[in-house]
Amino acid sequence: MSEDKNTQGTNRREFMKCMAWAGTGLIWTLSGGVLSSRALAGLQFAPNAPKAGAGGKSAGGFRFVQISDTHIGFEKDPNKDPVATLQESIARIRALDPAPDFLIHTGDLTHAQKAGGFDTVAQLLGNVASGGTFYVPGEHDVFGDGGKEYLARFGKGTLGGGWRSFDHQGVHFIGLVNVLDFKSGGQGLLGQEQLEWLEDDVRNLSSSAPVVVYTHIPLWAVYPEWGWTTGDAQQALTYLKRFGSVTVLNGHIHQVLQKVEGNVTFHTAMSTAFPQPGPGQGPGPGPLKVPTEEVRRFLGVRSVSYAAGHQPLAIVDSTLA
Amino acid sequence: MTLNQTLKQAPALRGTAVLGLLLLLALFGVPTPARPADSAPSPGQVRISNFTFDPPSLTVPVGATVTWVNQDDEPHTVTSQTGAFGSQALDTDESFSFHFTAPGTYVYRCGIHPHMTGTIVVR
Repeated sequence: MSEDKNTQGTNRREFMKCMAWAGTGLIWTLSGGVLSSRALAGLQFAPNAPKAGAGGKSAGGFRFVQISDTHIGFEKDPNKDPVATLQESIARIRALDPAPDFLIHTGDLTHAQKAGGFDTVAQLLGNVASGGTFYVPGEHDVFGDGGKEYLARFGKGTLGGGWRSFDHQGVHFIGLVNVLDFKSGGQGLLGQEQLEWLEDDVRNLSSSAPVVVYTHIPLWAVYPEWGWTTGDAQQALTYLKRFGSVTVLNGHIHQVLQKVEGNVTFHTAMSTAFPQPGPGQGPGPGPLKVPTEEVRRFLGVRSVSYAAGHQPLAIVDSTLA
Repeated sequence: MTLNQTLKQAPALRGTAVLGLLLLLALFGVPTPARPADSAPSPGQVRISNFTFDPPSLTVPVGATVTWVNQDDEPHTVTSQTGAFGSQALDTDESFSFHFTAPGTYVYRCGIHPHMTGTIVVR
């Protein structure tokens, strides 16, 4: 809650500009490892991408959008039509200026692999951004067949169980899969093969390169009793700790939470389908039965902006209502 | 509720027990009947409710069929750790049965909520 500390990625004037849009939505702005949460009008959900400061390098930069837990096939309270809320989310993304270069979907495309779910997601998200959509699976996408259908549909260009890395304007992106095997207690697992790949993938990367990791289940212990953690995440993080800026984006728990650990910031995202209870609140991680007319206050997408020369990424979560 | 199990296992006692129950009802008024969702699983049945398998460990003889019934308003699966058996996603009130022909200890979980685990012991 300390906008005064927003001195790096988003300068104070830009922050105040987004403050001027204050409304019903929720905004998280990250800078220098400090998050601020503010209400924000639903429609305008991000300040412009942070500009490179005076004396900075060329004013490069880009935006991407994280979308998560679309759960196509879910048809109970509090949202009997997750296709409609996905379409509303897409409309918000299309209205962004500047437009995002690409989308990242952090899993649970479908609800329990309901027939036709993958088709709907592929059709709706296919041409939203010029750079397409990068996916990682959630457990709902792979429990039935070990990920066979998911990989056939969305695995192009990935390795192993669907992991991959790519570079975009100097930022190194790593998509990890932690839903194909589970540690006792139901914790997500990356597995030895993927960990070895990760170690190798970042070996020759400069420590000053910003790194964005995206995956489904949190890489930090949000609530292990519900499996809201990844059993071997620490091993992965040892490979990443030498980097000056690591941003970890995940889904799975259908709510915005964040944590800072050294140079690593963790961000869980909202769903576009239904909210879930806070960690440990209730019998289990099922849909939170908020009144149907209020559900859009709990659903949304995340915009992430990066300005060359400014390590921190500006992260803005926005609800549909 | 072991009463149900006792009744099924000892039919000879059933009449007496029912009479006794009626007498109790007459004396103390009619209690709210337990909804089916609240009743204990019958032998050979595992109830899935509130994100738990109930009972979490079930012992059955070789040749028994075990049936899982999902009473949650959320899909669950019954997924053996070794792949010995596995259900599709079970919606509310849907069930899955498996016939156990070999003795052993079978650990399983919900593939969608893998913190939910259970065990079937076949003797």
